Amino acid sequence: MATYSDPPAESFKLSQLINDTRYRSYTFQVIALIGILLLVGYLISNLINNLQAAGLNISYQFLGEPAGYDINQRLIEYDSQSTHFTAAIVGVLNTLLVAVLGCAMATVIGVVVGVLRLSRNWLIRTLMSVYVEIFRNVPVLIWILIIMAVFTAVLPQPRDFRGANATASMVGDMFAFTGRGFYAPMPYFETGFAQGAVGWAVVLVVLLGSWLAARAVGRWAARNQEATGLRPTTWHITAGLWLVPLAVVLYVQGLAWEYPALKGFNFQGGIFARASLIALWFALSIYTAAFIAENVRAGILAISKGQTEAAASLGLRPNRIMNLVILPQALRVIIPPLISQYLNLTKNSSLAIAVGYMDITGTLGGITLNQTGRAIECVLLLMLFYLTISLAISAVMNVYNNAVKLKER
Amino acid sequence: MKKTVFLGALTVAGLAAGAAAAATLDDVKARGKLNCGVTTGLVGFAAPDANGNWDGFDVGLCRAIAAAVLGDAAAVEFVPTTGKTRFTALASGEIDVLARNTTWTFSRDVDLKFDFLGVNYYDGQGFMVPKSLGVSSAKELDGATVCIQTGTTTELNLADFFRANNIKYEPVPIETNAEAQPLYLEGACDVYTTDASGLAATRAAFENPQDHVVLPEIISKEPLGPLVRHGDNDWGDIVRWTLNALIAAEELGVTSANIDEMAGGTNNPEINRLLGTEGTLGEMLGLDKDWAMRAIKSVGNYGELFERNIGENTPIGLSRGLNAQWTNGGLLYSPPFR
Repeated sequence: MATYSDPPAESFKLSQLINDTRYRSYTFQVIALIGILLLVGYLISNLINNLQAAGLNISYQFLGEPAGYDINQRLIEYDSQSTHFTAAIVGVLNTLLVAVLGCAMATVIGVVVGVLRLSRNWLIRTLMSVYVEIFRNVPVLIWILIIMAVFTAVLPQPRDFRGANATASMVGDMFAFTGRGFYAPMPYFETGFAQGAVGWAVVLVVLLGSWLAARAVGRWAARNQEATGLRPTTWHITAGLWLVPLAVVLYVQGLAWEYPALKGFNFQGGIFARASLIALWFALSIYTAAFIAENVRAGILAISKGQTEAAASLGLRPNRIMNLVILPQALRVIIPPLISQYLNLTKNSSLAIAVGYMDITGTLGGITLNQTGRAIECVLLLMLFYLTISLAISAVMNVYNNAVKLKER
Repeated sequence: MKKTVFLGALTVAGLAAGAAAAATLDDVKARGKLNCGVTTGLVGFAAPDANGNWDGFDVGLCRAIAAAVLGDAAAVEFVPTTGKTRFTALASGEIDVLARNTTWTFSRDVDLKFDFLGVNYYDGQGFMVPKSLGVSSAKELDGATVCIQTGTTTELNLADFFRANNIKYEPVPIETNAEAQPLYLEGACDVYTTDASGLAATRAAFENPQDHVVLPEIISKEPLGPLVRHGDNDWGDIVRWTLNALIAAEELGVTSANIDEMAGGTNNPEINRLLGTEGTLGEMLGLDKDWAMRAIKSVGNYGELFERNIGENTPIGLSRGLNAQWTNGGLLYSPPFR
């Protein structure tokens, strides 16, 4: 019979922190952490000391003072008497606008180009490779400048539309493409019970109703198909559900169009998309699309050939194989690098000032910083903004990634 | 997160590190070179010539300071700054003095902690338009697209002017004068606005200057002058009195041509004190007695500097106007050298 006894209780010795593998990694982590904290602390105290020596302080009071400058593109109410804070918000909205537009367009172009790069057609494949290599390997700032320069140099300016022997004319008296931007007719409600934004909200509600009704019809058709094996023809019902209510509400509201017309120095009226926005949007989109195209290509190539062959043997046609079999699986590979491309596009939008687009870097980090001289405060706010936006994009895209990724049970 | 804050703190600390240095004069002497902040290129005021040598009205002031302090008008490192970077460059100690068409305003002097040391050019903001537009007054500019340099007082004046006259405009913000020129010429904007001197300098560089007019309205006061960091008064005195020496030299008739003769001693005691043959003004500044003589000799007096770079016989063609001596009905008035 064996006797058991507890192993002798080891007393903890200081040398174990280095010699014992159980503790060693913690020891080094703690040392590194202390080192980093000391360094950060030194930098911060150095900053505070130097600011004090220069007689400066950190204060955000300037945000409440009138900005004093004008901004061309503003999505909210703003004039030169608004505060610096409002100016910053105008910049934030402009940044978000170009980022959202850019991400959407870059994704569309990127996916199309990525798929076409794998095309069996030699010409298309080569053209797409040339596009990707050219746009990927030239800095985005250069693309922004080139596109803006082409924009202002090639398109006619408002002065070319003027006079008896004008060298440029509007397209169908509705659209004007000038070096300062594009003008298009703007719909508005003449009569009707709700004007302006409320009127558009009503239209939106009607469209939402149509969508719900169309979905119900789709479900009804699906149930019928399950039960009888025959899918009833629904496209005319769906089309009616979409078009009839919309036409009715627009008629009741008295839809009218405001056409842009040359008055004084510029076209007035209608919808105006500034050259700076279009150039920046386009440049960021086609630049980032080149990277996304490579991600898409990599994602597709990651799907084994057997999937294509299996789908083909079921009788699916090539484009259905791509849409139903390959791309859904490829998304799992594509999404993670796509997140970083979205982040890149958003951060690259800070180059906007090169074309005079007033994003957050142009308002808060540009004019406000200059006029108030509060460089440190403005830069800290800018960093906070970009950090927040980037993390938010990451969070949203991670949710989507979790939704499409392979579920292992 | 941690990394971003860390990098930010690093940048900020780097920016602020130079600000603590107090004795700029000692630094300049030890370095053997004056770091002078100028524009990125505005013909007549500060621009590199075909050989890469900086030349111009503001550049002349930098050279005069270098001649006074270091005895060598060539011992200047010209640091091109934009409207955006100039104040950071000065506050961080990257440059010793900023001579870059900078308007003396209350908030820059008081809140930004700089010292303006006088006015070397009395300017005002104007508008330039193509003649073909047929505009004769700035008040007819309702709805116009206006090109404007960001980060300058012109931006604020413009907003005030249009608000006061209750007319609308579309601002196109631009970083530098060089970028503004092609946009204006291609018609991306109807109007270009900046200080009237800058408009004249810009127009002089056009292919067909006669196709453009500067509108009569001057909508602001823009006293342009050199500035240094607040707190180093000894260095501020040197820059202030170098500028005053150039102005006083014109008033007293001292030119780069006759200065050697006058340095031998004249019967005007003020000239003698200025040129160091009488009194100890140079020593009071912490320099030697010939400081002002070297400054004037290297670049000429204020009038010579003006005529050579931006005067009526240059392509820029500015008349003296407000920048004449007080004795000729202008605003230039140097305190006495005594």
